[in-house]
Amino acid sequence: MKALYETRLMFQRSLKHTVRNPIWVFLNLFQPLLYLFLFMPLLKSLGGVPGLPAGKTVQIFIPGLLVMLALFGSAFVGFGLVDEIRTGVIERFLVTPASRVAVIAGRVLKDVVVLLIQCILITLFSIPMGLSVNIEGFLMSLLLYAVIAIAMASMSYAFAIIFKSEDTLASTLNTIALPISLLSGIMLPLALAPLWIRDLSKANPFSYAVNASRALFSGDIGNKDVIIGFIIVILLAALTFWWAVRSLKKMAA
Amino acid sequence: MNDQFIIETKDLRKNFISKSKGKKKIVEAVKGINLAVKKGEIYGFLGPNGAGKSTTQKMLSTILSPTSGEVRINGYDLAKQPQQIRQSIGYVSQAGGTDSMSTGMENLILQSLLYGLDKETAQKRALQFTDRFQMSSFADRLAVSYSGGQRRRLDLALGMIHHPSILLLDEPTVGLDPQSRAYLWDEIRNLKEEGITILLTTHYLDEADKLCDTVAIIDYGEIAAEGTPAKLKDDIGADSVLLGFGDINTSKKSGEILSKEIEAQGVKVEDKNVHLYIRNGERELPNILRLLDSNNLIVESISLSKPSLDDVFLKHTGRSLREDDK
Ligand SMILES: Nc1ncnc2c1ncn2[C@@H]1O[C@H](COP(=O)(O)OP(=O)(O)OP(=O)(O)O)[C@@H](O)[C@H]1O
Ligand SMILES: [Mg+2]
Repeated sequence: MKALYETRLMFQRSLKHTVRNPIWVFLNLFQPLLYLFLFMPLLKSLGGVPGLPAGKTVQIFIPGLLVMLALFGSAFVGFGLVDEIRTGVIERFLVTPASRVAVIAGRVLKDVVVLLIQCILITLFSIPMGLSVNIEGFLMSLLLYAVIAIAMASMSYAFAIIFKSEDTLASTLNTIALPISLLSGIMLPLALAPLWIRDLSKANPFSYAVNASRALFSGDIGNKDVIIGFIIVILLAALTFWWAVRSLKKMAA
Repeated sequence: MNDQFIIETKDLRKNFISKSKGKKKIVEAVKGINLAVKKGEIYGFLGPNGAGKSTTQKMLSTILSPTSGEVRINGYDLAKQPQQIRQSIGYVSQAGGTDSMSTGMENLILQSLLYGLDKETAQKRALQFTDRFQMSSFADRLAVSYSGGQRRRLDLALGMIHHPSILLLDEPTVGLDPQSRAYLWDEIRNLKEEGITILLTTHYLDEADKLCDTVAIIDYGEIAAEGTPAKLKDDIGADSVLLGFGDINTSKKSGEILSKEIEAQGVKVEDKNVHLYIRNGERELPNILRLLDSNNLIVESISLSKPSLDDVFLKHTGRSLREDDK
């Protein structure tokens, strides 16, 4: 109960920061919008290759793009934490009896809210471009992106706490995020890839998330891919969240 | 351990492992500190940069775990009851800890809520403290726009808004103008009047001297001397005579001659200066000058003073705290 209440307090504080400086919510949209307008048209003419049925490119591409937004949009939230560690804000919270879980959870919740707003905006932009949305599947997919955001944001916070430096954090996160997105079939279906890349992508938890996202957008909620995708990202989110909290507890020791 | 003491430590140590160029190095930041802070006193750590003042305070405030040693605060054992200790103490770190993207008011209210106060009380306290620390004119602005002094006042208010019985203040007045410093000293004395125990760190001699009931001189992670400022100075038992010379050779030679010929409690050569600790300095001064004159050593400046905490520091550590500040 106490931890939940404190999580709400921390969440409200973080959300207020975002509302005061909303520019980041929109800057993060810039990249997916570029993909939407400058990359997706290229795909259209590719329609008909394996995994990319002709006339269905939008339906395949957007669910992947949303997963990418969830990955990259949440991967860099650690920067704000580095700053608050440096200025002693986090230390001040740790001296109070407040729960350590709340310090992380409040921030992560804010990241989830920001991401969901972004995902809804991108989806709205895509409807005029031919995306058809199955409401039930879409709501489920939002839940999937939320869990991905929890996983990525927690990982970002864990690294922020461990490195306490923007430079190290930036290069580490880039090193991790780029191969994750390349090996998840976001841009092009993995059906196009040579066998060894397909094998490699099986080790990437987010490739399952992309499959799940595509199945959900097509309204195929009970699909096996959906269940596998959810199980994998939930496990990942639980693991990284636990890691972030543990790092915070050990921060100064 | 004893009930009279509200903060006690036994052989408190902290080692950091720092990696530089791939090599692991152990930094012994705190090397066996024994503290006994009485309830209701203002206890000061006086020491130069890197002495281990902040490290000690961080351990007491529960955010840094000791490498070894025992700590009892307000009757609670640090290793077993950190949560109770957190409830008893307020801590203002050297960095402060103000959330600069929130207003002063929001900072204060959230802090109260995190300590478990209800909303109404939190609101009331925040108003009380903005009033008490004269922050009303800027409390509704984002803290990012505050001046250094305004920010420090908010830091301090955040540290005491939950009415702790012990306050740990890490360099509370660093960077403040003389007026704000005097104001804060008064505020700290008021807290003492209310029965709050205060453990502060400083590298300002006058702050330790005028504000603290007990001063611990800390250097290289150890307490070199401890006592009331008056007692520490009395223990030197001598006046301090500072002789300035034109060059290092002259000061060295003078130091040698003076230690041989004059009955002083201590002679220390530092650069072009010679420090002399001597009883009845006023009466000895003519003899000293005559002696130097007869050896053709030219004195460029002379000062005679009653011992200060800097002399205490110099006596116990062999260095001057003032030199460190330059
Ligand atoms: N996290 C850390 N890792 C490695 N070394 C550290 C760490 N924190 C402190 N130290 C070292 O421990 C020693 C004591 O530092 P501390 O901050 O306690 O000094 P201080 O007395 O507060 O100095 P100042 O007056 O500059 O604030 C210093 O040598 C410092 O470099
Ligand atoms: Mg310090």
